[in-house]
Amino acid sequence: MLNVKILGSGCANCKRLEATTRKVVETLGIEAQIEKVTDYAEIMKYPILSTPGLVVNEKLVSGGRIPSEKEIADWLTA
Amino acid sequence: MAETNLALKQQPQINLIVRMAALVAGWFVAYNLIQPLANWITFSLLGLQKGSQLGDAVAFFLYDVPKILLLLSGMIFLISIIRTFFSPERTRALLGGKRQGIGNVLAAMLGIVTPFCSCSAVPLFIGFVESGIPLGVTFSFLIAAPLINEVAVIMLLGLFGWKVAGLYIFTGLVISIVSGMVIGRLKLERYVEDFVWQMQASGGIEGEKLTWSDRIQRAWESVKEIVGKVWLYVVIGIAVGAFIHGFVPESALAGIMGKQAWWSVPAAVLLGIPLYSNAAGIIPVVGALIEKGASVGTALAFMMAVVGLSLPETIILRRVLKPQLIAVFIGTVAIAIIITGYLFNLIM
Repeated sequence: MLNVKILGSGCANCKRLEATTRKVVETLGIEAQIEKVTDYAEIMKYPILSTPGLVVNEKLVSGGRIPSEKEIADWLTA
Repeated sequence: MAETNLALKQQPQINLIVRMAALVAGWFVAYNLIQPLANWITFSLLGLQKGSQLGDAVAFFLYDVPKILLLLSGMIFLISIIRTFFSPERTRALLGGKRQGIGNVLAAMLGIVTPFCSCSAVPLFIGFVESGIPLGVTFSFLIAAPLINEVAVIMLLGLFGWKVAGLYIFTGLVISIVSGMVIGRLKLERYVEDFVWQMQASGGIEGEKLTWSDRIQRAWESVKEIVGKVWLYVVIGIAVGAFIHGFVPESALAGIMGKQAWWSVPAAVLLGIPLYSNAAGIIPVVGALIEKGASVGTALAFMMAVVGLSLPETIILRRVLKPQLIAVFIGTVAIAIIITGYLFNLIM
């Protein structure tokens, strides 16, 4: 089971990243637990400078932008 | 055989270039068609009188809306391409180890080109301060980023020409540099929330390798995002501007927003701080006000206060700054904007 975290304080981009990620997870049929992290103290535990951030199995894979569905799919299946 | 192989490999590259060229050509054709088209619709199709109040307002609106939207799309595309070469991580690396002074200058300039959203102000602030970048230098960045934003500069360029746009960038830089230096000098580190100092400096993710088609793809995405977000403000702003242009008598505002009224600059700034609008909505209105006798310095100060000091960003920054530092931040920038307003009124 994959553990996926969306880092961000709830801005528009964070919501879009969450929606895109959920879509990819659904299309790929992966079992994943998607978690939203909105607390800054928690967010800053990852090496991130700008939100939204995407964390897959505790590894930060992207920050400050909304990756394409293909990129997200690559990270989820890596 | 070898040649066909090569040709096949270059195909996507050539395709990309051809498509970009077609896009650029189409852009220029469209841009040059706006004026005749706006006139034709207003005076022939709608049959409005040339020189009448309504006719002037309608022609103004029909010309400015497509012009600004086209300018925004084209320029944001270019700026976004440039921005793919920058990231907050790279900016932090560039600012690391810089002293006050030169660090403030560099931070303000990087504030223009670094992709930044005010919702990221907190992680960025923590990341900068934790890695040892002085507080004042961090502030120069945080002031410049929203103040000299791409939408504001493009709108000024479209409605007032490159001189005003250039002057805006220059004064915006000076405001950011000076305000950051003042905040640095005041030694306000104790007014940063304590938890910030207890955090570990983080590494940031490594830069990615981007191809040109990635960059173009990214730039196109941000055009869609930004224009999609501001177009309605542009339309409403220009509609209000067009109304003022057509119906408000000349020099109606000279008395309250002209140079003679010394109090109008601070009043405009005080009014602008709590107002939350983006540059897209405010600039067409400001343009029309200037036309009707408001002085340039007063109008510019108002605009800078609206764009550069926004309530939402301040509320976000409250998470990492104690109220005293928030007050110093707003106070310093507000005073800098007021001085700029007087300066413009003096020289223009």
